[in-house]
Amino acid sequence: MQIYLPIAEVSVNAFLLLGLGGLVGILSGMFGVGGGFLMTPLLFFIGIPPAVAVATEANQIVASSFSGVLAHLRRKTVDLKMGTVLLIGGLIGAALGVWVFNYLKSLGQVDLLVKLCYVVFLGIIGSLMFVESLNAIRKTKSGKAPARKKHNWIHGLPFKMRFRTSGLYISVIPPVIVGVLVGILAAIMGVGGGFIMVPAMIYLLGMPTKVVVGTSLFQIIFVTGFTTLLHATTNYTVDMVLAVLLLVGGVVGAQFGTVIGAKLKAEQLRILLAMMVLAVCGKLALDLLIQPSELFSIGAAGGH
Amino acid sequence: MRWLLLILTLIAAPLRAEEVVLGLSQDQVSISTNFDGSEIIIYGAIKRETPIPQDQPLQVIVTVSGPQLPLTVRRKERRLGIWVNVDSVEVDAAPSFYAIATSAPWSDVISETEDLRHTISIPRAIRSVGAPMEVNEPQAFSDAVIRIRMENGLYALEEGAVELRESTLFNTAIQMPANLTEGDYATRIFLTRGGKVVSQYETSIDVRKVGLERWLFNLSRQQPLIYGLLSLTIAIAAGWGASAAFRLMRSG
Repeated sequence: MQIYLPIAEVSVNAFLLLGLGGLVGILSGMFGVGGGFLMTPLLFFIGIPPAVAVATEANQIVASSFSGVLAHLRRKTVDLKMGTVLLIGGLIGAALGVWVFNYLKSLGQVDLLVKLCYVVFLGIIGSLMFVESLNAIRKTKSGKAPARKKHNWIHGLPFKMRFRTSGLYISVIPPVIVGVLVGILAAIMGVGGGFIMVPAMIYLLGMPTKVVVGTSLFQIIFVTGFTTLLHATTNYTVDMVLAVLLLVGGVVGAQFGTVIGAKLKAEQLRILLAMMVLAVCGKLALDLLIQPSELFSIGAAGGH
Repeated sequence: MRWLLLILTLIAAPLRAEEVVLGLSQDQVSISTNFDGSEIIIYGAIKRETPIPQDQPLQVIVTVSGPQLPLTVRRKERRLGIWVNVDSVEVDAAPSFYAIATSAPWSDVISETEDLRHTISIPRAIRSVGAPMEVNEPQAFSDAVIRIRMENGLYALEEGAVELRESTLFNTAIQMPANLTEGDYATRIFLTRGGKVVSQYETSIDVRKVGLERWLFNLSRQQPLIYGLLSLTIAIAAGWGASAAFRLMRSG
């Protein structure tokens, strides 16, 4: 069944979009990532104009994250306090990121920078997580209990706050900084930032994996909601019909994803996410390295 | 004044000898939610007061052109091992859609000069003032526009697609793809003899979004904040709805 998208001005198969939404929704519920880093390239591939894909994807992530967060709230795996602290940093970062994005746009080559950002960050995070979770699995198999996180310099900082759900008593400075950095990257790369936020919370803040997913989803809702409004009012690129089709699949997928995620062990969850991040990274890197079949591309006049 | 009138009638006379009477299967294309491209049948007759000239066969060219829009064409090159955009050319105006149907092979229906005068062929329809000095082969950029759009079905040259009977009745079908831009689609019909245009006729096809498509598009442009908030509301409602439905399913 073909559906004409009013803003994107293309006609696409409705079931294809529902399916894509569902698939990304499952991943979103399982790993606490918005799925934007997977969905946005997929939308380019089926012929949605990039500007519309990025903006609409933000809108869809709001829906799937909200659905996911409700499921996590029921299981009490959301650290609202930590989420709020991260969010404050995230909104500051998003505003900064939009400014950086527009500055780079005026210099040209912003597309390349976005792609390089993807390759570098996905590559680093993916490999780190892969190695770490592999080690963790090996340790549990050999019977040794995983070592408890040692106190490091992070615990010496001022403005300490107790985060009960995460079982942490740390300074608010590191979470705010993490929030700002993720916000900047999220605005530049046009994603929710879950795939950066999740490892940052695990490895930098030392939060338990089960709490990380819900908390990440919680702050993603607000960051992507903010981005959606920004795109809708400045670029007019949010396609509501496309968003509805994606999110119907997405919200259902997210519910299933949360159930699957709860059944898997934390290490298995992390290694799966690592593998997926590496796969997307590899695909993007290949696109940059292999000669494209069409060297020319058509863009709107005056665009970047 | 009289002289001028006489000259004008003399010039106009051969043009008036053969005239197009046109019909369209539809003069309006409505883009609704399930729009999946369209086919427009263009048919017509040639009206004349004099007998059919026998010297050269009559040929028909039909063109349908979407709105003219400026665009930027970029070229990739390998730099430091990766493929990046290196240079770009601004095209001042290129039709978003352009289809040509002729009654015979291109070289038989029209001469180069007449094509230039009436801007009929696809390369002529694309206007480019010129590329920056540092760009090599600026022609390659307009060629790329034609190549990419032909692949997408946005530009088409169908030689022999116009059926012409007894030098009087003609008909053709123009395929319009699903990814159309809104606007007035100029439709031109040229009658040629020996490569020269002897008569032309122009009308337009109105391509418009309708219903929900129209409403959403207008809302997004005129009330962007409300549109954005509405999108967010739908997203939140859908997220909550799915969560509630799933819980019901599991408990029940």
